[in-house]
Formats: sequence, structure tokens, C-alpha cells
Amino acid sequence: MPKNLFEKVWDAHSVRELSSGQTQLLIGTHLIHEVTSPQAFGMIRDLGLNVKFPNRTFATVDHIVPTNETVEPYSDPLAQAMIQELRNNSEEFGVTFFDTNTGKQGIVHIVGPEQGITQPGTTIACGDSHTATHGAFGAIAFGIGTSQVRDVLATQTLSLSKLKVRRINVEGELAPGVYAKDVILHIIRLLGVNGGTGFAYEYGGSVFENFTMEERMTVCNMSIEGGARVGYVNPDTITFNYLKGRPYASNGDSWEEQVEVWESFASDPDCSYEDVVNIRAEEVPPTVTWGINPAQAIAIHEHIPSVETSPEDQKESIAEALEYMKFEGNEAIMGKKIDVAFIGSCTNGRLSDLQEVAKYVQGYKVKEGVKALVVPGSQVVSKIAIELGLDKIFKEAGFEWRAAGCSMCLAMNPDKLIGDQLCASSSNRNFKGRQGSPTGRTLLMSPLMVAAAAIEGEVTDARETFGLLTVA
Amino acid sequence: MALEKITSISGKGIYVHGDDIDTDRIIPARFMKCVTFDGLGEYLFHDVRKDPEGNEKEHNLNDPRFSQATLLLSGNNFGCGSSREHAPQAIYRAGFRAVIAEGYAEIFFGNCTGLGIPCIQATKEQISEIASTVEKDPNTEIEISIENSTVSYAGKTISIQIREGAKKNLVAGKWDPIAELLEAGSQIDQVAGKLNYMKS
Repeated sequence: MPKNLFEKVWDAHSVRELSSGQTQLLIGTHLIHEVTSPQAFGMIRDLGLNVKFPNRTFATVDHIVPTNETVEPYSDPLAQAMIQELRNNSEEFGVTFFDTNTGKQGIVHIVGPEQGITQPGTTIACGDSHTATHGAFGAIAFGIGTSQVRDVLATQTLSLSKLKVRRINVEGELAPGVYAKDVILHIIRLLGVNGGTGFAYEYGGSVFENFTMEERMTVCNMSIEGGARVGYVNPDTITFNYLKGRPYASNGDSWEEQVEVWESFASDPDCSYEDVVNIRAEEVPPTVTWGINPAQAIAIHEHIPSVETSPEDQKESIAEALEYMKFEGNEAIMGKKIDVAFIGSCTNGRLSDLQEVAKYVQGYKVKEGVKALVVPGSQVVSKIAIELGLDKIFKEAGFEWRAAGCSMCLAMNPDKLIGDQLCASSSNRNFKGRQGSPTGRTLLMSPLMVAAAAIEGEVTDARETFGLLTVA
Repeated sequence: MALEKITSISGKGIYVHGDDIDTDRIIPARFMKCVTFDGLGEYLFHDVRKDPEGNEKEHNLNDPRFSQATLLLSGNNFGCGSSREHAPQAIYRAGFRAVIAEGYAEIFFGNCTGLGIPCIQATKEQISEIASTVEKDPNTEIEISIENSTVSYAGKTISIQIREGAKKNLVAGKWDPIAELLEAGSQIDQVAGKLNYMKS
């Protein structure tokens, strides 16, 4: 019987059925970081257990690392304690740790792929909801809680219920100035923040076939914002070419044999899905959120919805969002003055994100009064970007160039909004208080839109700022 | 590692109004700078309860009439966003023993069940009816029967949903899966042995 990728990977990793009817699933690759792992190590220590597959467990530090100081001890003693805890745990249990002095440290969802650890047909877990990022390679990757981190450390397995699979096709060609970020914001806007609950999203169609790995990662990354714990793209030549030569990419077989195994996991042409959603690429606009969840998004030229004209079941949440954001219904989002611009995160902190923005910002200056940050997603990204001179371009344009980490996406380090500052952000969540201030306000958008907002000092259409639109 | 069989839970309720209440709201990230979960209960819904100056806002969570509550009532897609187990840990450590909501985000649901916090699914109408009963009389005793998928309060009993896998685990005292996962022993190695990437 023809199967989709999710079913093939699930079957290849099923250990047994548990008494509850759930599946004990083997997790091939376990990625850990400093925030959700220390308690898990504490638990296995208390239970007298060990790490079952230290060779399949990889650690890095990302959430709490400061991006403006690299010398330890950090000024925040709690941050210092957390990094130290991960060092100790990694050493005690024999886990590979991409520490800050290795040149490989960075956001866990950027490090895994760039080291070649993330591979097609594998299962991956990490104590972080954006783990679906790794699905870009045709892996089934689960965001998990800390007790589940313990389960994976101790048994290399999880107790899970099988997900249904929804195929999302995006066919056609994206317009200039429309990016992978817009595609996923558009999908979430259409299907809702909980539309994907109980589902894995399989992304396909010509747009995904033509996307680079980094673009595929941006989309898979935000699957959870649409409620889907897992999102993936079928592996293809683009996937295999990306992996070739990366430090952990070889499994000991010949490259051809390895590619053959990877290819065998791709969804069969006549496999079935729970349902299928079709989207035209031409209908995807540069998209920006206006509210307090990622589905509260509009096209850049649209107006913010009003309570009066909204469907009955949305009135309350729209009123709540408008009040928090200090916006009025029916206002344009264009022209909203911003205080902070943030380019980075596991959604948009990769080399191609920085390259795309650097291509356009040369010769422009960040508006006076706007704090603009560029935070590369990893030390590898940072190093290559510096070799290419991107740091200079950003600095000359008035952006701060920072060290690698999660930074202002969730503001567990010193990079935080102050008061009710409005931030144009390339990150993934616009929740209340997400960027470190309980009253801070976030607008999600593509990195180029963030750069345009930084330069204009207000939300704007990057295509107009940078002359991407042909004048009619 | 015998676990308690969670067949029923009773207590008083508190209603936290709203859909899509994310785990950042349940516990803001700045309180996760810790290497243990101890003390997290204090920060449950911190920014919902307090303004930036630290003053208490007007909210059920600050209302002394609901201070005895151990059952949390809320809206749809509860616990969305970040996978942080700090959220259910904070809920548990603040004294809550079950959640009754319209729906749950996937990861949060699993995290709760693994800690023995049942996540009960009820309809919008059912929840608003319980909420208004509790609003009128905060001492209303609510009893959740996990086994029978019912909630009883103020002399009535209604049918609610609880996911089959979670229900079985709670009732059997297997909500923390670690013991059963460990039992698989060499079966795990057999499956791993068939996968080339597991050897590297």
C-alpha cells in the first residue's frame, strides 16, 4: 500500500504498541539546550538512569546566551549557571556539546541542519516547539516537554499518538518581495492557530520544490504556530545536495546508498492524506501580523480588522488584540511607527536571510530612534556572513551586529523590549509579552520587511522601499 | 515506581477567560531561568495577574473568592505555543490538579498528562455554564470522573471528552510513561539496529 513520508518514518521507528494504544517511537536524534534539559538530567540522575544513546544526543546553548558579550562569566549569574549546568551534564553523560568556544554554537534548529545531523527519514526530538524546523529535510521532528526529554535521554523513545497528515500544496510562483515567511504566515492565517492540532503538515507543490533548504526550514519552523506539531517537506536533490559534505552527514555507507535510503522515505506518488489544502502562490502577499497570535495577520496593504466587521466568534479575540496592541480597528498597518527591528531567530536567522537583506540595505540608514539588531542564528552563519562582508553592510546601515543566539525572539537574554515598544520582528511569535516586556508589542514579518521598517521607522512595503515593484 | 491511579478528581473551580492562552502567558520566559521546577507556582499567569509595576490587576486569579480553586477552566487551544513544561509544572505547583477547556494544544496536552494533570475537553456552552455557576458560588464542588467521562457539579452531571490514550494512562496509573518505556529494553536496540544513522 502506498504510504506518505510520515507513515514510513513512523513505521520504521515504531518499537511497540503501549497499553494505552499509543506507540513507543524510537527517536533517532535528540537535540538538547540549556533551558529545557537541566531538570531532565536531574530526573534521570534521581532515577539512577543513564543516557541510552549519547552518540545520538547533541547539545548547544542558545536561549539564554547574551549576544552583546562573549566573555564569561556573563553579567547574568542565572544565565551563567544554566550554561555551566549543560556543560557539566554533557561531560558527565558523554554528550556532544557545541559550546560557545567550538565555532559551532547557535540556535539548536540552525545547528542541527548545518552540521548535517538533521537527515531525511529520521525522527528527531528537542525540548523546543520549533523542532518541526528539521522537517524541511523529510525528518519527523517533535517538540517535547522536559519529562519527555528525560524519556528520550533514558530510553531514546517517546510515547506518542499517531498524527493525521494534511498535505498543503502551494503552486505557482511567488511575486518578487514575497518570501517563505510570507508563505507560512499566509497558511496560518488561512488555517488558524489551532487548525493543525492533531496533524502533521506535509508541504508540497512547485513553490516548495523550488525552495532552498533554508526557505523550507522557515516554513516548517512555524508549523506549531498553526497548531501542527510536525511539518515536513519530502526530501529531494536539493536536500541531498545541501547535506553533502557536512560534518555529520555521512552514516558510513557510500553516498549513493545513503541517498537511496533517504529517497525511499519520500511520500509515494499515490499515497493518501487526511485532507489536502491548495494555495496559489500568486495570492500570497507580503504578510504582517497585527495582533497577539500568528494567525492575526494581514497583507501589508490591508487594514487591521475591526470588531464590528468581524465574524461573531472572532469579535472577542480581535477586541483583546486591538486593546493590547493599542491599535484601532480599520487602521492601516502601513505607517505604524516602530521602536525596534529584530532580524534573527530559528525562523529567519540563517545565512540566506541575512544575504537577502544585505543585498538591499546598502546605501540606506536605519531611522534615528530605531534600535535595529541583526542576530545570526549560529556561529557558522556569523562566520560566513563576516567573510562575505555582510556585518559591515549591516553596521554601516546602522544595525547592531550581534553574536549568535535566540536573542529577542523570546528575550531570555538581555535583548528585550522596554515598556510598550513596537517591534518589527523576523521571529515566530507575537504573543503578549513574548519579547521580554509584559506590554511589549510584536509585528511578525519577513526579514526584508523588518529591514524596510527599520529604515523608514515605520511599517512599510519593502517592495516600495527597495524598488522591487515596477511602477505601472 | 507505582503511580496513583487517577480515576476522579474533585475540587473548586476558577475560570480563566479566553481562547488561545499560550504558554508564554501561563509562565513568561523570564521565569524559566532556573535549573529546577521548584517555586514556579508563584509565577503562574504572572503578567495576567500583575501590571508592569507589580500591582495586582482585577482578575479571577487575584480574587480571594477563588483562592481555594484546584480546577482550572478556560477556552479553546489552551496551552498553545512554546513546549515549555514549565507551564504545566507551574499549574501543578500552584495547586491545580486538572484543566477543563474547550481544546488543547498538542504539546501542552502531552506534558500535562505526563505529570498526571488530566486535560478535560468540554464544549464552550458547558464551560460557560460551569464558569457561571462557579462565579455565583465559588464553593461549588466539581467532580470529574475520568473513568466515566463526566463532570458533576451543582446537582447535575454532564458528559465531557477525554482523549482515549490519556484516559487509559490516567486510570491505569501509567500517566508517567517512563516505566513502560524502559520495559521495552532490547526491543529498542533491535529497531535502532535496523537504522544506519543510529550507528553513527
